[in-house]
Amino acid sequence: MISKRHFLQASLSAAALVGASGFGNWGRLAAQQRLSQSDLLDQPTTGNVTLIHITDIHAQTQPIWFREPEINLGVGDARGKPPHVTGAAFRDMFGITQGSPLDYALTYDDFVALGQTYGKMGGLDRIATVVKHIKGDRDDAIVLDGGDTWQGSLPALRTNGADMVRLFNALGTDAMTSHWEFTLGIDRVTDIIENELNGAFLGANIFDAMWDEPAYESTKMFERGGTKVAVIGQAFPYLPIANPSYMFPDLSFGVRQERIQQVVDEARAAGAECVVLLSHNGFDVDRKVAQNVTGIDVILTGHTHDAIPEPVQVNDTFLIASGSHGKFVSRVDLDIRDGGMQGIEHRLIPIFSDVIAPDPEMAALVEETRAPFKDEMAEVLGQTEDLLYRRGNFNGTWDDLICEALISEREADIALSPGFRWGASVMPGQDITREDVFNATAMSYPNAYRSEMTGETLHLILEDVADNLFNPDPYYQQGGDMVRVGGLGYRIDINQPQGSRITEMTLLKTGELIAADKSYTVAGWASVNEGTEGPPIWDVVEAHIRNQGTVTAPENTTIAVVAE
Amino acid sequence: MKLTRRDTILAAMGTAFVAMLPMRAAATTEDAIAEFTGGTTPGGEGITLTAPEIAENGNTVPIEVSAPGATEIRVYAAGNPTPDVATFMFGPLAAAQMASTRIRLAGTQDVVAVAKLADGSFVEARQEVKVTIGGCGG
Repeated sequence: MISKRHFLQASLSAAALVGASGFGNWGRLAAQQRLSQSDLLDQPTTGNVTLIHITDIHAQTQPIWFREPEINLGVGDARGKPPHVTGAAFRDMFGITQGSPLDYALTYDDFVALGQTYGKMGGLDRIATVVKHIKGDRDDAIVLDGGDTWQGSLPALRTNGADMVRLFNALGTDAMTSHWEFTLGIDRVTDIIENELNGAFLGANIFDAMWDEPAYESTKMFERGGTKVAVIGQAFPYLPIANPSYMFPDLSFGVRQERIQQVVDEARAAGAECVVLLSHNGFDVDRKVAQNVTGIDVILTGHTHDAIPEPVQVNDTFLIASGSHGKFVSRVDLDIRDGGMQGIEHRLIPIFSDVIAPDPEMAALVEETRAPFKDEMAEVLGQTEDLLYRRGNFNGTWDDLICEALISEREADIALSPGFRWGASVMPGQDITREDVFNATAMSYPNAYRSEMTGETLHLILEDVADNLFNPDPYYQQGGDMVRVGGLGYRIDINQPQGSRITEMTLLKTGELIAADKSYTVAGWASVNEGTEGPPIWDVVEAHIRNQGTVTAPENTTIAVVAE
Repeated sequence: MKLTRRDTILAAMGTAFVAMLPMRAAATTEDAIAEFTGGTTPGGEGITLTAPEIAENGNTVPIEVSAPGATEIRVYAAGNPTPDVATFMFGPLAAAQMASTRIRLAGTQDVVAVAKLADGSFVEARQEVKVTIGGCGG
């Protein structure tokens, strides 16, 4: 029996919403080798409506390794608040025992050692088991997908997302919102919505660029437990800026806070007693939405890949962060009556793949989608001596390796790799397969360019990206990490204004300062410009790994960070 | 990577770049507003300016301004070479005192809307619109 712990923020007016999160004593259970599927899933069903939230799976159908960030700095009002808490501070904040399964699942410390103990996480067949279990408790539970579902693996790339659409249909997804979905191109997205997708595709903030009118459904109303629940979709606000706008030229996005308020008011007027925002804004943006927009009960957050064990309450709104890559599923039980939400219970369910049994039907379906690519994916390209991971504000060993590949294979002085937050980890001593490389690179604009850039341009790029990450107003943040660099060192003071954060840019191969008017050969990938030429990044990385045989990823000390 | 504070690894090498600040309201914009308002300081309530936080395309940025009861609304792009963007006049029969248009922004800057109300007072709203090179979100 899992003890219920009332979470700290549950103090809502006189009507006092009662909230509880149920991860209680799993740490102790696992330390005693007793963690079982029922420990993870059995709980009393409360209220009258249940939501199941999955987000940012990035086409990862298999159990994976995924190390959470060591460095995840918050600025402005978000400083020191979840999700900008990592490692020991995270354990302290949420009462997690060091070395416990939740420590392994939610922090970066001792990732390699704990991984050997607790095994891979995720797997769509395990997720299907969890969904079926929750539906066993409440058969009309609403399954909601926060987006970034159709991109991130070799099969998803080759099938233009068809595999993931089919699998998430089978999971019983009722509604979704989007981000990377649109990098399949507008024609494919339209084709999927019209011909393949069972659930609703929601985006209140997606507009026709020409007429400035809503382009997609904003809201889906669900009648459940004797009440009406409105689910409003909010797509990633900065798609045409962060991703290639030529792939969806007639669409405009944006936070559009006034539009969110408008559709919330419309949903209330249409009789919704509970309003849920299924969001791909990113956590800090959603925190500001919760501060400024009235009438939202729950925000199911996404995009920034944060997993937070308890809801974060802002005014009358509860923010849920369900992680990424299939590592977690959130179960949210809501008590809705007398015109509004009276209670919320949330459980962030970690998908320990060795504890939760695979669902046979989903396992078979996943196998079918992977079969055409199985041999290709399994090919071993080399080995790694060190952990390859991506997450962290400034660098990760996966991108260090990608930058090294760009510099050596493309004969460049400097390499740039985008600050994506998706990509599974590879454990030290493990083979690197082609599937591993695609898990860190699979997307629709992969060309590895090689071009000349002046020092001034390089500085402009670093400053621009740094402001997307560290602007103190979350509505100006785009939710990626800092662009990764190879062959270049710099110092960053995150609390300075744009233009003054980056100093001491140094060309590592000579140790000389970058000169503003001097030209450098730069290789990179994932340019948002149409017509970018060069081999796909996975070919560049594969060639480099084959040349090396065994790769290493030493500690990166080329970036000096000032965060005080 | 280690999170080092006031790190000294590269500290001896000096700063290669002059800080680039976003374009703020130039003196000409403030002068133009002062001329419109007769030098009075506009209030902050009763006018709504809707603009994207980050422009998707700096060459055509949609903006909308609404000021119930206004007889005239002027819009300025404070960082453009020519800050005056538009003047909207509302007659007594106008059903709503709102207008929308698209403007070109030379770079990150404040967009300012100033309305003259029927009683002769003025209200102002301003918002920073960022023009970015984009490309690394995800």
